Amino acid sequence: MTTRRRFLALACGTLAAGELRAQLDPNIQAKRKAALEAAISKVVGDAPVRAGKVKLDVPPLIDNGNTVPISVTVDSPMSAASHVKAIHLFTEKNPQPYVITAHLGPRAGRATVSTRARIADTGRVIAIAELSDGTYWSDTVSVVVTLSACLEDGLI
Amino acid sequence: MRVAAFLVAAFCACIQAGEIPLAERRSGYEFMGRETRAMQDDDTTNPALFALQDGEALWNRRDREQSCASCHGDATASMKGVAARYPAIVGGKPINLEQRINACRLEHQHAPAFAYESKELLALTAYVGRQSRGMPIAIEANDATRPHIEAGRALYERREGQLNLACSQCHDDNWGKLLAGSPIPQGHATGYPIYRLEWQGMGSLERRVRNCMIGVRAEPYAYGSLEYVQLELYLMWRARGMKLETPAVRP
Amino acid sequence: MARVAVTVPASAKRGEIIEIKTLAQHVMETGFRRTQTGELLPRDIITEFVCRYNGVEVFRVELHQAVAANPLIAFTTLATESGTLEFTWSGDNGYLANYKAEIKVV
Repeated sequence: MTTRRRFLALACGTLAAGELRAQLDPNIQAKRKAALEAAISKVVGDAPVRAGKVKLDVPPLIDNGNTVPISVTVDSPMSAASHVKAIHLFTEKNPQPYVITAHLGPRAGRATVSTRARIADTGRVIAIAELSDGTYWSDTVSVVVTLSACLEDGLI
Repeated sequence: MRVAAFLVAAFCACIQAGEIPLAERRSGYEFMGRETRAMQDDDTTNPALFALQDGEALWNRRDREQSCASCHGDATASMKGVAARYPAIVGGKPINLEQRINACRLEHQHAPAFAYESKELLALTAYVGRQSRGMPIAIEANDATRPHIEAGRALYERREGQLNLACSQCHDDNWGKLLAGSPIPQGHATGYPIYRLEWQGMGSLERRVRNCMIGVRAEPYAYGSLEYVQLELYLMWRARGMKLETPAVRP
Repeated sequence: MARVAVTVPASAKRGEIIEIKTLAQHVMETGFRRTQTGELLPRDIITEFVCRYNGVEVFRVELHQAVAANPLIAFTTLATESGTLEFTWSGDNGYLANYKAEIKVV
C-alpha cells in the first residue's frame, strides 16, 4: 500500500527530474540573463556596443505580449561605403533571447525592418545594428507587459 | 410632434439605470494602443486577412451541388448589411450568423454543418461580416426581439461563477479602469469574429464570452446554446448604431 | 496550403525606395507551450525569409520562436531595374512558401 508520504515523494521526484525542473528553477532569471549576454557576444564578439544611430520603436505599454509590433530603423546612408549589414533584435525575459536577425545591404535603400514579436515579461527589448565598418550600435526600450506570451497557457 | 415625443419616450424607457448612455459608448478599438489600432486599420497587414481569403474561397466552393455564390452571387453586394442585423429572429428563436450559415449549408447546400470555432466557420463569418464593415449595427427592439433582448440582458446582469461577478459590473460600471494592468473595455460586440492577439488567431464572440466566464470561474454555456445567442442579441442591441468593425483586432 | 500576402508596388521610379510588407499564415508554435495534460507541443516555426530581386538576395531574415504567429516582415528595397521580386519562406517540418511579383522600373 502506498502511503500518502511515499506518494508525495514519488510525485515530487518525477516533477523535479523532468523538464519541469527547468521551469521551476529558482535561478531562471539569472539563466535568461546569461543566455541574453551569450547571444549578444555571439554577434558582437569583443567589440563595444554603442548607444545611438538605432531607433527601436516598440509600445512602452503593451496591449498583449503575444503580438507586439516592433520597428527598427538605423540612421545610415546605406551606400556601398557605409551601410548596415545586419539588425539583431533581442528580448531580456523571454525563454530564449533571439527575435529576428535581418541581413541587408546598400540595396535596401533604408535600414529598416518591422515585425511582430512575442514578449513574455516586463523588461528590455534590445536592437543591435552591425555596420559595414565593423562597429555595433544599439537602442534599448523598457516595456511593460501585463498579458505575457509563452509563459501562460493561452489554450482556452 | 406629440407622436414623435411619445416614441422617443417609449424608446428611452428601454434604457435602464447602470447602462452606458448611448452617447458615451466607445468601441473596444478606442481602448487599444496606437499600434494595435494600426494593425486593424491596415487591410494589407491585418492578421485576419487570411481568414478573409479563406472565407472568400469557401464562399465560392461547391461542396455538394451548390456554393454560397450559386444563390447569393457576389458577396460584396448580396451580403452588404447582413451581419449588421444579426442575431435575427427565425421561428420565434434568435439565431446568430454562424447558425444561419450552417442552416443554409444543411437546407440549401445539402452539406454538413461546420463545427463551431472551426477554421471554415470563422472564415465564412469573417467574410460575410466584412461586407458590413463600417455600417451601423441595426438591431431594433420590437415584439419579436424584445423578449430575447430582455433575456440576454438578464444574463448580462446576473452574477455568476466562483468570483460571483456579472458582466455589467465590469463593462457597465467599471469600464475604463484597469484590471490587472489592462483597461476594461465596455464590451461591445462591434467587430466579431475578431483576431485576438491573446489567441494569435480568429475567434467568435462566443469564444470571447467563454473566456470571460472561465475567468470568473463560471461554467461556460455550450456553443450555440440559446443563452449565448440571447446574450449576443442583447450585446448587439446594446451596440446599436455603432459601426461594425469586422474583422477587428483585439488584445 | 502555405498562404502568404505581399504588398509591393507594381511600378516605381529608378532609384526609388519601395516599401514591401509581407504576411505569412503560420502558427509559429514556440515549443514552450504545454497541453492541458502537460505534454510539450513541439516547435514549429518559420526560420527564414528571403527576398530576391532578379535572383539576387537583397534582404534576408532569420526568425526565432519570439516572432508572433502569422509573421509580418516589412522592409524596403531600392527599385533598381524591372523584373521579378521573389519571396521565399522556409521553416520547420519542411515548410516552404513562395511568392513572385513583377515590378516595372521606369
